[in-house]
Amino acid sequence: MKLLLTLLFAVASFACIAQVKTLTPGQAAPDFKLENVDNKEVSFKSFSDAKGYIVVFTCNTCPYAKAYEQRIIELNDKYASAGFPVIAINPNDPEVSGGDSFDKMKDRAKSKHYKFPYLFDQGQVATNAYGARNTPHVFVVEKTNTGNIVQYTGAIDNDPEDSNPNKIKYVEEVINALNKNEKPSYTVTKAIGCTVKRKS
Amino acid sequence: MYRFLKQLLLITCFACFTFSAKAQKVPLIKIDQLESRIHTGKDTTYIINFWATWCAPCIEELPNFEKLNKEYKKEKLRILLVSVDFKSQFTSSVIPFVHKKKLKNEVLFLDETDQQEYINRIDSTWSGAIPASLFIRDNKRKFIENQLSYPELLHEYQTF
Repeated sequence: MKLLLTLLFAVASFACIAQVKTLTPGQAAPDFKLENVDNKEVSFKSFSDAKGYIVVFTCNTCPYAKAYEQRIIELNDKYASAGFPVIAINPNDPEVSGGDSFDKMKDRAKSKHYKFPYLFDQGQVATNAYGARNTPHVFVVEKTNTGNIVQYTGAIDNDPEDSNPNKIKYVEEVINALNKNEKPSYTVTKAIGCTVKRKS
Repeated sequence: MYRFLKQLLLITCFACFTFSAKAQKVPLIKIDQLESRIHTGKDTTYIINFWATWCAPCIEELPNFEKLNKEYKKEKLRILLVSVDFKSQFTSSVIPFVHKKKLKNEVLFLDETDQQEYINRIDSTWSGAIPASLFIRDNKRKFIENQLSYPELLHEYQTF
């Protein structure tokens, strides 16, 4: 019995770890087709002129996501016209996190005047394909001749509290480098954040 | 009347004193201090839980760490609850929370700004999501980036 329990635990822990394999820079960024808060489907192909995408896994409920919300809005304002629009995806299962239901997402996007898609990830398909682990978790994707490639994963900057005027704005630096055809100086960063709420 | 007031004052003072004696202080700690603290622990098993007042699953699992501490008091076990809250929330949220919940495990506040550095020093596999817990004894380490139920926590402790 004890052995069985141990085995069960081992399998369970393995399943949890296996589920969240985060894409690494250089890997292909899988496309998705998800429903936006305006009920229209959005994928990479929806942005035919884009040079790339700022894919942000973010949500309604996490204090870190809320702390970064304005900065996500500003990223889109600054970079959508430069070829890198924001695509926000809510990775949380609404059954586990009620505040992240599709209706609540619509309310949030409306009240904060999102000018970028805020997608509902039914079944956490994109979330698992990218291996999003916390909110907000950013993937900067570049459109290349060989397809969509992940160039950066991690945090928006190194100052969640927005209190350091000398913060390093990772995502901005990465996009500025890509726009100059240079290699970004940052490819992977980490940040404290809320765990993606998965169905157990 | 005067006597009554005097007594009331005494009782109030006493109540204040016992309250402040019971409620633990929460020291600010740097990652260096946390690491050296663990290294001096030798054969003690350390379970370091990273949590924050805003993190619902963290709050949910805190009682499990309190229970483990209570039930295995006689063993060489030391549980450190390390808050990674925003520093601006330290006096307004962290301190009141620790007092309200009457946490018996030692609570520390991680006073670091560069998350890139400290996340990797705690564990290179950590994405930064919380709750997360680090088990350490001598050179043995195990890192778990997940919420732990009491049976899971107990299992991890007993098999470590």
